[in-house]
Amino acid sequence: MNALEINSLCKTFGHHPALTDINLKVPRGAIFGLLGPNGAGKTTLLRIVNQIIEADSGSVMFMGEALRPDHIKKIGYLPEERGLYKQMRVGDQLLYFAQLKGLSASEAKAKVDYWLQRLQISAWKERKITDLSKGMAQKIQFIATVIHSPDLLILDEPFSGFDPVNAELIKNEILALRDLGTSVILSTHRMESVDLLCDHVAMIHKSHKVIDGPVYEIKRSERSRHFQVKLIKNENPVPPDWLDVKLHQDHISFTVSLNGSLPNEMIRHLMNYGEILGFEERVPTIEEIFIKKVKESTHE
Amino acid sequence: MNKVLLVIRREYLSRVKKRSFLLATLITPLIFPAIMGVFLWISFSDDPGEASLRIIEVVDENNEFFLESTDNFAFAYTGLDVDDAKELARHGARYGFLHIPKIDLQNPKGIVYYSEEIPSLTLIGNLEATLKRKIEEMRLYDSGIDPEVISALKTDVSVQSVTLGTSGTEAVSNASVNYAIGFVTGILIYTFIFVYGNQIMQGVIEEKSSRIIEIIISSLKPFQLMMGKIIGIGAVGLTQFLIWILLITVVSSVVMGYFGLQMPQQQILDAANPESHMLGSSMEMNQLLQILMGIDYPELVASFVFYFLGGYLLYGAFFAAIGAAVDSPSDAQQFMFPVTIPLIIAYLGLFIFVLDDPNSNMSFWLSIVPFTSPIAMMGRISYGVPFSELALSIGLLVLGFLFTTWLAGKIYRIGILVHGTKVGYRTLWKWFRAS
Repeated sequence: MNALEINSLCKTFGHHPALTDINLKVPRGAIFGLLGPNGAGKTTLLRIVNQIIEADSGSVMFMGEALRPDHIKKIGYLPEERGLYKQMRVGDQLLYFAQLKGLSASEAKAKVDYWLQRLQISAWKERKITDLSKGMAQKIQFIATVIHSPDLLILDEPFSGFDPVNAELIKNEILALRDLGTSVILSTHRMESVDLLCDHVAMIHKSHKVIDGPVYEIKRSERSRHFQVKLIKNENPVPPDWLDVKLHQDHISFTVSLNGSLPNEMIRHLMNYGEILGFEERVPTIEEIFIKKVKESTHE
Repeated sequence: MNKVLLVIRREYLSRVKKRSFLLATLITPLIFPAIMGVFLWISFSDDPGEASLRIIEVVDENNEFFLESTDNFAFAYTGLDVDDAKELARHGARYGFLHIPKIDLQNPKGIVYYSEEIPSLTLIGNLEATLKRKIEEMRLYDSGIDPEVISALKTDVSVQSVTLGTSGTEAVSNASVNYAIGFVTGILIYTFIFVYGNQIMQGVIEEKSSRIIEIIISSLKPFQLMMGKIIGIGAVGLTQFLIWILLITVVSSVVMGYFGLQMPQQQILDAANPESHMLGSSMEMNQLLQILMGIDYPELVASFVFYFLGGYLLYGAFFAAIGAAVDSPSDAQQFMFPVTIPLIIAYLGLFIFVLDDPNSNMSFWLSIVPFTSPIAMMGRISYGVPFSELALSIGLLVLGFLFTTWLAGKIYRIGILVHGTKVGYRTLWKWFRAS
């Protein structure tokens, strides 16, 4: 069973399509990357899942059931644009958010203390948000999102505004929650974080879905079967199908295309030109695939 | 429902706990007694000494007019001639100089007041009134009537008005007491709507511009948040009013007591007690007591609370919608118009029509239409309003409140998530249609 199943979802604002026939399956217990440039429709999709706005057509299934208002207590949503009551104390604020999600006062108190301790910020409990830095406030917002132990965690640009140390801290918290069985949707236009974190990605561009699938499958389907080779060359002349040839102090590096042959055959062929130091397939990063897809659909 | 309560509690506590709330709540009621105290202090300590007395030289060629000095003006008859008296007034030795030439009593003309400064209207008015009285007396005397006889014939008449209730009751009423009740309660409701409506708007703008809304809105419906805010802030206002009433009563009695005066309530109590002998005015006090007892307090209080809350809720929804439509308080100005105009119409209507004639056609409509009824009806209520009209007005106000909340809710739920766009009435209409 999937954590979330989105079937032929459509939404237009006036004459501007925000989502066109979107189908997605978010697997349970995995981190699902939702990618797309600004204005692609990611936030609209997330708002529909959070029942903030309604879709024009299509359906959303949460844990196998049609989405209902009471599902919101099982979903945690960290929006891209987020703020806190500046004049409220950290503890009171988290308590308020937790209770709004349906926790009882005593449950909420225990959870607030647990998370403040876990992120080692118990000392801030009585401080007002105005006294905190932006990064500190981001941590509080993260706690507000996970405080009710949601089954589905939806994070929209979770790392913006964090310094590298805190970004790492939050990343580890996300991974820990995933390992506990939480399904995570991570929406971002910063691809470098996706390669390391996500098990599964989908890309939205101009309201359409352009890619969807497990990260390894997408990479395999998008690979061009080019190999990066390092070798200490002998006297034989450089053949014309070697690309990007670079001379280093004791070796050269270049790219070759398999052109239908198998990797082992290629290695055997390359052995004629000297001693092979390295032979590695060039796998495109998610970022490269993304840029390629965006360019393709723009040129269409 | 539980979530609305959570929002109400947060809105209430976050405001009541603020130091500024405590200060405003404690200091505002002190302002009235303080002003009263200052006035009393000035009037008690003000000793009309020679310095403040202004002397006016009088040259009366008829030798008939003797003007009595007042607290502020003394009239001197030194028997100077006109030029010398003018000279005195010009050099400031006299405040002014009144010249009464030989006049014909049938057609008095030629009286002139000279002074260095332009005289006040009050001074000229006083001089004219005094001279008029004198001349009239002299003419009465000339026609053979003794002015003493006239003054002996003067009589005080006051008409007591009694309202007949349908159930056979008779209540002593008094237009000025009713006027005061309508006036005070109407203004209270008007002020309350504006002050706390503005707080609703500020609160919504804060949540929107700081993007708190984005976090909260996945936990509850926009409508729940809006209602929680309106009710929570209304509760803050009620708390503040309650504390003010208590403080004003206590502090005013202390201040008045210090200056040896008594609060009206205490005087009424004294009047009700036959053993305490009032000075002369016990008849009037008795009458006032009767009037105050004649007012239907349960009805008055119940309608005040109803129109107070009804008006606040009706307009509160509008203020919330305005807050949701804009990014900053300065943008809100363009949308304030439709809220301000009916409130001002109600406010002016209260003074021009309702308090003047509570049973006129205009007063009727002002007290029936939901947008003006919270303020206008308070001007009629103490005069007694037929049950059918009251029921119609209350019913329409409830419907009006439901309507504005429904309308505002539609604008609110879209507006709170829209940033950076220039919003006009056309956009509001689009949002309304979209949801």
